[in-house]
Amino acid sequence: MKIHVTDQSGTEHELEALEGWRVMEVIRDWDLNIKAECGGACACATCHVYVDPEWLSKLVPASDEEEDMLDTTGDVEENSRLSCQILMSDELDGLKVTLAASAAKDDQAA
Amino acid sequence: MSGNEIVTDVVIIGGGPVGLFAVFELGLLDLKCQVIDILDRPGGQCAELYPEKPIYDIPGFPVVTGQALTDNLMQQIEPFGPEFHFNRMVNAIEKLDDGSFRLVTDADEVFLTKVVVVAAGGGSFQPKRPPVPGIEEYEGKSVFYSVRQMEAFRGEDLVIVGGGDSALDWTLNLAPLAKSVTLVHRRDEFRAAPASVNEMRALVAKGEVNLKIGQIAGLDGDNGQLSAVRLKTADGEISMPATRLLPFFGLTMKLGPVADWGLELNDNLIAVDTEKFATSIPGIFAIGDINHYPGKLKLILSGFHEAALMAQAAKKIVNPDERVVFQYTTSSTKLQKKLGVA
Repeated sequence: MKIHVTDQSGTEHELEALEGWRVMEVIRDWDLNIKAECGGACACATCHVYVDPEWLSKLVPASDEEEDMLDTTGDVEENSRLSCQILMSDELDGLKVTLAASAAKDDQAA
Repeated sequence: MSGNEIVTDVVIIGGGPVGLFAVFELGLLDLKCQVIDILDRPGGQCAELYPEKPIYDIPGFPVVTGQALTDNLMQQIEPFGPEFHFNRMVNAIEKLDDGSFRLVTDADEVFLTKVVVVAAGGGSFQPKRPPVPGIEEYEGKSVFYSVRQMEAFRGEDLVIVGGGDSALDWTLNLAPLAKSVTLVHRRDEFRAAPASVNEMRALVAKGEVNLKIGQIAGLDGDNGQLSAVRLKTADGEISMPATRLLPFFGLTMKLGPVADWGLELNDNLIAVDTEKFATSIPGIFAIGDINHYPGKLKLILSGFHEAALMAQAAKKIVNPDERVVFQYTTSSTKLQKKLGVA
């Protein structure tokens, strides 16, 4: 299965994803510009992405904990999610997301 | 400066689980440690990012929280009497002619040490900078990430951003001093302590605090002096007159001064060997998440292993003429005496 990720510079990448992987892990594994510093514990918000509106309804809604963490990003939109909280499944084959500025690594800040 | 220097065997930079366990391994070899950390308490990421989250891969603990692991490590190293220096960042490391090191912190404290152990994890925890273009030029002049002196905000038009305890606490504390206080948060729900939220809402009802639901879109001003904060709200962009901005978006890890110490780096990680976890500068070691070697896994348990091997090498630097017998805590009376159990 695939996901489509637009990075902070606007370049689109098609990435091979595996079932059960967190979207953050896929993006990190392909070396795109994602800090993801807490490693998937929903504790840092540095894996912030904007989900393509077409795909939003297919996702499990954000937990209160995820909403609380999104508070710490400063660039939240209606379609903001933490990519560590999205688990890949057949249903999400083709998922489109865009990396937020607040997810950038420090040495490659957007 | 002289007379205020702290002289020690080892300075450990970083008081996360790996830095703490290094105190234990070094202590068994009679090396005294000073631990420096930018946070106000031990535990590093375990304390700051996930104190209540369960960890399942610490050998011997089927499940342990970040805070419990920190507490246990503090208990385990207590016999060795490590000294902690919290809220401090090491700015500079200078190698002296005799091979020892002189470290200077951001509070101008000086440490003289034979060995430096960098156990700095993902770097120093520093305030998250909101993604607002050009914010850098205002920082330290009219944009601040902490409040050192409340008086500095007297009579100012203050905008505070965030929904956690820091944002709420400073809204409540600075409202009586400031000319105006506007609290900005992206939604009308706050994760701060409910009592503070209630107090804030009472001040809003009395007209003493403005509450705006939205996010910062941009800053207006000159030469670092803010004149207005532009907000993106559900009703479009609005401009709030403001002379001071306090964004509270929590902490994030930044490599910080580590990059300036002349150590060989590999993609922002410190390159080490896997025998001693020595860096490119003899006498400086790097253990835990901050180091890199082929096959490295960023696991707490890897850091513990690295600490044990590093300690053996550190001992040879501090006491080059002493012969070290390898012993087990289970059977060695000598080690048990050090631990205070025999």
